[in-house]
Order: sequence, then structure tokens, then C-alpha cells
Amino acid sequence: MKEKKAIKRHMGLRASNAISNSVIHVLLVIISIIWLIPFVCIVLQSFRTELSGPVGYVIPKQWGFDNYAALFGTDFKRWYVNTFIIALINAALQTVIVLCMSYTLSRFRFKLRGALMRFMMVLGLFPGMLTMIILYRVLKDLGLTESNAVPGLILVYVASSGMGYYVSKGFFDTIPKSLDEAARVDGATRMQVLFKIILPLAKPIVIYTVLTAFMAPWGDYVFARYVSFNNPVGMNVAVGMYNWLTIDQINKNYTMFCAGGVLVAIPVTALFMCLQRYYVEGVTGGAVKG
Amino acid sequence: MKRYSDLEYLRLSKWKKFLYRLQCFFLAIPAAIKNFFCAIGRFFKNAVLAIGREFKDIALTFKEGDVHTKISYFIMGWGCLRRGQILRGLLFLLFEVVFVVYMIFTGGYWISMLPSLGKVGPGETYDAVLDTYVYQYNDNSFKILLYGVLTLFFVIAFIYTWRLNVKQNKLAEEIIKSGKPLKSGKDDLRSLVDDQFHKTLLALPLTGILIFTVMPIVFMILVAFTNYDGSHDGYINGLFGWQGLENFRTLLVWEGGGGRSYAATFGEILTWTLMWAVFATFTNYFLGMFVAMMINKKGVRVKKLWRTILVMTIAIPQFISLLYVSKMFAKNGIVNGLLLDLGWIDQAIDFWGSTDHNGLLARVLVIVINIWIGIPHMMLIATGILMNIPSDLYESAKIDGASGWKQYTKITLPYMLFITGPYLLTQFTSNMNNFNVIYLLTGGGPTNAAASWASGNAGYTDLLITWLFKITTGEDAKYYLASVVGIMVFVVVALITILVYNRLPSVKNEEDFQ
Repeated sequence: MKEKKAIKRHMGLRASNAISNSVIHVLLVIISIIWLIPFVCIVLQSFRTELSGPVGYVIPKQWGFDNYAALFGTDFKRWYVNTFIIALINAALQTVIVLCMSYTLSRFRFKLRGALMRFMMVLGLFPGMLTMIILYRVLKDLGLTESNAVPGLILVYVASSGMGYYVSKGFFDTIPKSLDEAARVDGATRMQVLFKIILPLAKPIVIYTVLTAFMAPWGDYVFARYVSFNNPVGMNVAVGMYNWLTIDQINKNYTMFCAGGVLVAIPVTALFMCLQRYYVEGVTGGAVKG
Repeated sequence: MKRYSDLEYLRLSKWKKFLYRLQCFFLAIPAAIKNFFCAIGRFFKNAVLAIGREFKDIALTFKEGDVHTKISYFIMGWGCLRRGQILRGLLFLLFEVVFVVYMIFTGGYWISMLPSLGKVGPGETYDAVLDTYVYQYNDNSFKILLYGVLTLFFVIAFIYTWRLNVKQNKLAEEIIKSGKPLKSGKDDLRSLVDDQFHKTLLALPLTGILIFTVMPIVFMILVAFTNYDGSHDGYINGLFGWQGLENFRTLLVWEGGGGRSYAATFGEILTWTLMWAVFATFTNYFLGMFVAMMINKKGVRVKKLWRTILVMTIAIPQFISLLYVSKMFAKNGIVNGLLLDLGWIDQAIDFWGSTDHNGLLARVLVIVINIWIGIPHMMLIATGILMNIPSDLYESAKIDGASGWKQYTKITLPYMLFITGPYLLTQFTSNMNNFNVIYLLTGGGPTNAAASWASGNAGYTDLLITWLFKITTGEDAKYYLASVVGIMVFVVVALITILVYNRLPSVKNEEDFQ
């Protein structure tokens, strides 16, 4: 009797499990749809040719590549190249800086280490927006604004990147110190330890740093706007394309914005998807431990 | 308030326990603040004592040192040069020469002008040759403040190096006395890639941070005490000068009738900023965790697909996705079009422009769209942590007959909260400064009629950080006010961090879960 009941209960549990799983699947499908809708819409609207302003329907009545073709009549190509150059150089230099910083703070125990880390934590609490005015003036004095905005932006991004060492420090902390010590006993200098032992092991975090440093400049709007100062030669894509959506421009340029957005999103997203594994590893490994 | 012992506390009902803990938290705030100021006091006391010790040591070294050491007090590096440490000696000497030359030719001027920030403003002067009045630019307050601060940094660096130079002499004398050889220039260079490798590695990053982060912050803090704005830009249309605490008074003291005061605007924006930060952080946290749990559940298929779809929002640059979503909800956007077609509404809803109930519609929508942005990131983090929870915990809970909800509140949630405590805190503070989401979605609107007279047209969804941006880019460009707002943001964020950080379980008892 008792056994039968237990079996029944077991069956019931199984059934309820199946139900809850199907509910979850339905939920996940709904969530996926919500998450994809904007992207589907933006792609569809980039092919719309009958009207260039925002409209209340999604599926175009006339399809065509006009919007993409129109992009080449604007400064879009220049902005695209600008952003690409910034992203590329930034990725390279910022990675070097961040790795120097995080490796040192993870491995060396020098006198002012604690004070330095606390100081940088306090610095991080200041809103970065505040420093834009002065950075703009400094760059202007150096002649690195307006048409020369690209090197100016790179300089500022790279110079202040040392503050973002937390994630990779968290990663270096997980590499056992005994490896360093063994190499030191064998007579390697600290520099040899870094280049021959730690760096090969740190591939995931190097890729994570490169990836985030490459992606950040594509989205920077505020500071880039300040530095380029309405000069189309020095704009990046975000600043340039933002102007297409102002009240007097939007009816002319909305579909062009969609087309430009697709062109910007494709390479960044493709790269991200290829290296997704490393990104996840960085976020879950380093970010939480802090 | 009555303090319970552990035993008494355990006997309380759940609700009372919660109340008690809440009470304890708020009662502890004054003590925490007191501790904070005591810590600052201790810090200064220790600093003063340390400086005293330094002076004593300097005097002692001078008294007991040989002739070379004494000369080194005036000609840096002399001792090193005489004792055969050529490289070090030359570097010290070079630094001193550069410093003295710089101070004589330019640095002295900047420092001497710092207290006044410029004496002669721009104006018309009579030019006898041309026989006309010419507009002339004179002192430049901005440059005086900027280079004054830089020169002060340089002076501090010089004092530090001078002290190093004195110490070097003392050390060298001691080493010679003990009969060991001194380090040669070659040894010094080698140690830069070995024992002192950290200095090599940190040199570049720290220089960058010093010039492009520390210096601007110091500068902007100082600006809060001046009247630097669009009509006193320090060079072209007028000098600016020191104001004392006047600007803080403007922002914080309630003045003027009809609810018109900077304090009222500031209070309103601060309240919304805190509300926003709470909602944005916790909705993302719990919903992200929920989604992660759904995807991780046994029996759910194509896990990778769900994750990839969500992660796409991280990959696509925010200015595209946010601007596009913002236009979707515009009056002539897709959402309104769809609702009209379905016949659910008769006329388009003005999502971003409606000012009813303090712009409630826009505020809620911003939080909802932020969920769309934030869930994927939290989902990734939660996935990593959930996988680390030992599964035997759940199995034994199941055997004991715990329901799914019980398992969640007794195992999953405490574990998550423990590990992600610091993450939650940083999320909260970064949400307070979440410029992108607000600026790209609403631009701060709908306009708050009561507050918009204040500099920068404050709107209902404006955070302090976007307001600060509007103030600096607005017509009258009140940089001084922006600086004060920035300092206030810092104060609020720092207070929250201090109050919460030391109470985090993962900071308090690190070993519990490991």
C-alpha cells in the first residue's frame, strides 16, 4: 500500500516537473522574442525605402538597399574608420596598461600597495563626467580636438584605463603563486616570470581585456561629442549618428540611422559572439570577486 | 532600544526579527559615521606624527652625516656621485636642475598667481600707434588654476625626491661603514626588471592616472570654490576668482519663494536618482537570477541558444540599441503604431513627454527598458555562481522535503547574496551614475516645469549625473555648479559605500561559505 503511494507520488512529481519545464520553455521563448524584437525591427526598417522617417509599422512596403547606398553620401565612412582606428589602438594599448596594473597589484607586495588600491577605489567614486571639461581644455591646448579628435580620444581612453584593473586582478589571483616561486628559485627574473610563465596562462583574461577595450569606443557618446566639437572630421559613429535623430533630422534620416546601426553592430557583435566564451569567463571569474 | 541577547533573538517571530535587524541597521548609522570621522582623525594624527618623524630623521642625518651628505642637502646627488653611484647621482642632479629652472622661469609665476587666479582681466586699452582702443587678453584664470595645480604636484614630487636623496646618503654611509660594496648603475638597471619590477610596470599606468584622472579631479574640486562659468571663462570674457563656500550654499540652502530654489531641484533629482538606483539594481538582480535559474534547470533544452540570444544585447553598442528603443516608444513609433492597430488605444500615448504624476510613465519605462539591458549581464554572473553551488545541498534539502521556494530562500538566495554582495554594491553606485541609459533613452525628459528654471533644464528622469552634464553644456555653462553637484554625488556614493561595505557578509566573515 505504502509503496504504491510512493510510486504515485513519484509519478506526480515527474508530471509536475514536466509541466514546469514546459512552462519554462514557453517563458524562455517569450523572453527571447522580447529581446530580439528591437534588433529584428532595426534590420527590417533599414531596408525600408518608401519613407525615411519613423513610422508605426515594422515590415517595409518597399524593400531596397537605398539606405545603405545613401550612407556613402554622408560622412559615415569617415566616422566608421575613425571609430575602428580608435577601437583597434585602444584595444592594444589598454590591454598592456591593464595587464601591467593588475599583474603588479596581484603579485607584488610593495609598501604602498594597500594605500594605492584604496586611493584608486576612492577615485573611482568620483563621477567621471566631472572631469570632461578640463580634459577637453587640456586636449584643446595640445591641439588634439575637433579634426584631431581621434588621437585625443585614444590618449584619454588609454591614460585612464589603469583604473579598470579589478577583473583581471581577480583572474591573476587565481593563478597559483607557487608557479612564480618555482621559476624564481630557478633563477628567472621577475620580468621573465611574467613573459614566460604568467602570460601564456592568462590567455582568457588577455582576450577578455582586448575584447572589452575594443568594444567600449563604439558606444562612447558623451566625451567623443565634447572632443569632436561639431566637427564631422573628428566624430565617431555614435556622435555622428546621434545627430541624425534630432528633431529636425529624424524624418529625413531615420532609416539611414537603422542602416548605419546594422553596419556598426555586425562586426562588433560577430567578434563578441566568437569570443563569447572568454567574456563569460572574465565576467563570472573576475568581476564578482572584485 | 532594547538589545536582545542571541537566545532572545532566536525566539522572536520572523517579522519581529526583521524589524529588529532593520532597527539595528539604522541605529548603527550614527556610530558608523562617527567611526568614519574618527578614522579620518586618526589618519591625520598618524600623518602628523609621521611627518614629525621624517623631520627628526632629516635633522639627524644632517648632524651625523659626513661632508658629502651635507652637501647633498643642497646639491642633490652629490653624495651618490662622490661614492661612485654615477647613474643615481646624475638622475638626482638632473631632476634638481630641471626643477629649479622650471620654477624660476614659469612655475613661480603660476604659484604666485594661484591665490588670486589672475589680476588683470581682458579689456580695451589705448594703442598709441594705431590711435584706437584695442581689446586685449591678459591673465588667464583657467591656465593659472591648471598649471598652478600641476606645479604644486611637481613641488610635491620634488620634496619627495629630495627626501629620497637624503635617505640614500644615510643608507650609503651605513653600507660603507659595514664594508659592503654599493650598488652600481648596472645593478640598479637590473633590479628594474627584477626586484623593483613593479616600479617599471606601474610607471606608465600611474602617470596616466595621475595626469588624466587625479589632476582633473583635483582641478574640478577646486572649481567648486570659484565662479568659473560661461560668462567668466577666465580669459576671453572675464577672470574668475575664489568664491569660498558660496556655491555650496547656493545648492544646499533653501532660498526663494514658490518652491524655487536650487535646493528643491537638487532634492528632487537626488530622490529620483536613489529611487532609480534601487529599482534598477534590484530588478536586474532578481530577474537576472530568475532567468539564469530557468536556463540552468535540469531538463531545459538548448541552453546555449537562450544564453546567446540574451547576450546579444551586451554585444550591440548601447547607443544603437538604446536610441532605437527610445524611438520605438516615441509618439509616432512602432509601439504606438501597434497598439493603435490593435485598437487598444484611441490616440498615441506620449511615453516620453507625459508629465502626469511627476513623469511616472517615463520613469517606469526607463526602469523597464533598463531591465532589458541589464538582465543578460546578471544572467551570466548568476549562471557562473549557480553552477558552483554544491548539488548535494539541494539533494539533501529534497530528501528533507523542502519545496522549491524553500530551497530558493534557504540555499540559493543566501549563497548568491553572500558571493555577489560587493557586486551588488558596485552595481548600485554605477547605476547612480548610469549616464548612457538615461541620456540616450529620454535625454532627462519630460521637462520638469518646476525645476527647469534651474540651470540646465532639469527633467523628471534626470539623474544627478545627467543634470551635471546638462549644466555644463547648457547656455550659461555653470561649471562651478556642476562641480558642486559632482562633489555631492561623490559624497552620497561614498557614504553608501562606507555604510554598506563593512556590513557585507562576504567582507565580514570570509570563510563561512568556502
